[in-house]
Amino acid sequence: MKIVVLVKQVPDTWAEKRLDPDTLTVDRASVDGLINEMDEFAVEEALQLAEKHGGEVTVVCMGPEGATDAYKKALQMGVDKAVFLTDPALAGSDAVGTSYALAQVLGTLEYDLVILGSEASDARTSIVPALLAERLGLPQLTFASKVEVDGTSIKINRQTDYGHDVVEAGLPAVVSVVEKINEPRYPSFKGIMAAKKKPVQTLDAAAAAIDTARVGAVGSWSKVLDATVTPPRSKGTIVTDEGSGGVELADFLATKKFV
Amino acid sequence: MLDPQLPAEYEELRKTVEEFAHTEVSPVIGDYYERHAFPYPLVAAMGRMGLFGLPFPEQYGGMGGDYFALCLALEELARVDSSLAITLEAGVSLGAMPLYRFGTQEQKQRWLPDLCSGERLGAFGLTEPDGGSDAGATKTSARLESAGSGGSWVVNGSKSFITNSGTDITSLVTVTAVTGPQQEGRKEISSIVIPSGTPGFTVEPGYSKVGWCASDTHGLSFADCRVPEENLLGERGRGYAQFLRILDEGRIAIAALATGLAQGCVDESLRYARERAAFGRRIEQYQAIQFKIADMEARAHTARLAYRHAAALLIHGRPFKKQAAIAKLVASSAAMENAREATQIFGGYGFMNEFPVGRFYRDAKILEIGEGTSEVQRLLIARDLGLPA
Repeated sequence: MKIVVLVKQVPDTWAEKRLDPDTLTVDRASVDGLINEMDEFAVEEALQLAEKHGGEVTVVCMGPEGATDAYKKALQMGVDKAVFLTDPALAGSDAVGTSYALAQVLGTLEYDLVILGSEASDARTSIVPALLAERLGLPQLTFASKVEVDGTSIKINRQTDYGHDVVEAGLPAVVSVVEKINEPRYPSFKGIMAAKKKPVQTLDAAAAAIDTARVGAVGSWSKVLDATVTPPRSKGTIVTDEGSGGVELADFLATKKFV
Repeated sequence: MLDPQLPAEYEELRKTVEEFAHTEVSPVIGDYYERHAFPYPLVAAMGRMGLFGLPFPEQYGGMGGDYFALCLALEELARVDSSLAITLEAGVSLGAMPLYRFGTQEQKQRWLPDLCSGERLGAFGLTEPDGGSDAGATKTSARLESAGSGGSWVVNGSKSFITNSGTDITSLVTVTAVTGPQQEGRKEISSIVIPSGTPGFTVEPGYSKVGWCASDTHGLSFADCRVPEENLLGERGRGYAQFLRILDEGRIAIAALATGLAQGCVDESLRYARERAAFGRRIEQYQAIQFKIADMEARAHTARLAYRHAAALLIHGRPFKKQAAIAKLVASSAAMENAREATQIFGGYGFMNEFPVGRFYRDAKILEIGEGTSEVQRLLIARDLGLPA
């Protein structure tokens, strides 16, 4: 089975992030980049499926030049090879543009299954998996908390608010996973050493036959008009209870329409 | 030594262990410590990461790394917890390393893969109730019966303070024993591998320890404990030289562990100084606190340089005995002083077991004792300088 796992490099979730005032995009240069956490679950699932059914796992990553940490982590975890799509024209792509670019890269590859995380911790649109499946004309098995492959068909548990749905489709298919699905492995030293020797193919937009008018800030359907930093929390009102504390508390709740 | 940066693959390993220690170990280790329980799930996870196989070749199930890689992992673990770090140190450096260094091909094939995977643990029994640093005082004996034709060693005696010797996954203990009469003023000492569960081999109940409370330490006793003749490890009569070599290396590993503890004290003190306020200001603003933390950082840094230099000499096949002794001396002292100062910065909270610095304080002292006391390190340095024995 040939599996492609898609990963994104995101700014460290714990780091203080800021927006570039000119482009209104996240200033990625000022923080450490790492693999999107949810994508580690996708990599783990891809590796487990390949270990169980045999086959090969390719990681595909789209990002600015030098944003190599995400796919390297996947290689260290055990993925066989990497394809890195990077081109200045891709900068600022929204979810629609991103899904188009990724679909074009997938067009250059052979695969039975595409796996990715169900959302990225930076943009959090959570729609790339569905957009990608639509562009590829493949079944979309999103929000999977369990994946089973049987010959040419695939069955997942789709996590929902009320529990889960069981969804089945034929291969090839696009699967997005949630954190419940597995426990991602830590790379071993052997994996770290081996990753240095694994093949990495770097593509620019032209090599993936990407029409640059359909990607980047220019080709995006959505546009960020303005951005405001979340204001710091203001200090609450402190009421010293001099016998009327209860009344004041009830009044406060009433004015806020809690009671 | 000229390149100030770690090679990329070592840095990746360091970051991976750092992440593991913070994500997996930090939230749960306090509870194991409190209960004096061995953290099997964490040891298994370390095994899956390949930490127990770090310095061994892939043909025995190892990671194809080296002793330096092991030291980095120990440092990062000990920044968060020393019990797990010593479990790894003893498992690799004392449990598996003697087999790798001195074992026959057959012994290596038989024992190493399980030890490298972390599915089983090995231990090394040198210290006895009446002799630690004075290894020549070894009283445990091994008598060879029916040599040559399915013969066996009959072991009698006892060992003290043996790490990893009594876990559910311990597969063997290598013990030093007197195997023959005194020659040239020294007893004939050999190393013998005793598999767990061998009749006559008793693991005594765990000690009540001041620190390292989530690690496994027992006294062992042997009463007519019989193992096959081929369980002799390395040459007969070479036991003394073997454990000297093992201890020399082990000192670098303990120095790495001590460096981690010293750095962990800096990490915790910085965090605490930034959130704790006293007399209307955060305590990080007081020079008294700043100077303490600066001294702590300087000690951790110096310790790190010392152990990394010794490890570099070791992996390049150069003499490292003195540098290993210096590293162990300096790093254990740094750990002890940093633990004391970190506890002081935490004030009353530092005396509470629920804060990591309390654990660090309890875990630091043993570093000046185990695998060669600080006095022994000074002796080794003095000998190397040509001072008389």
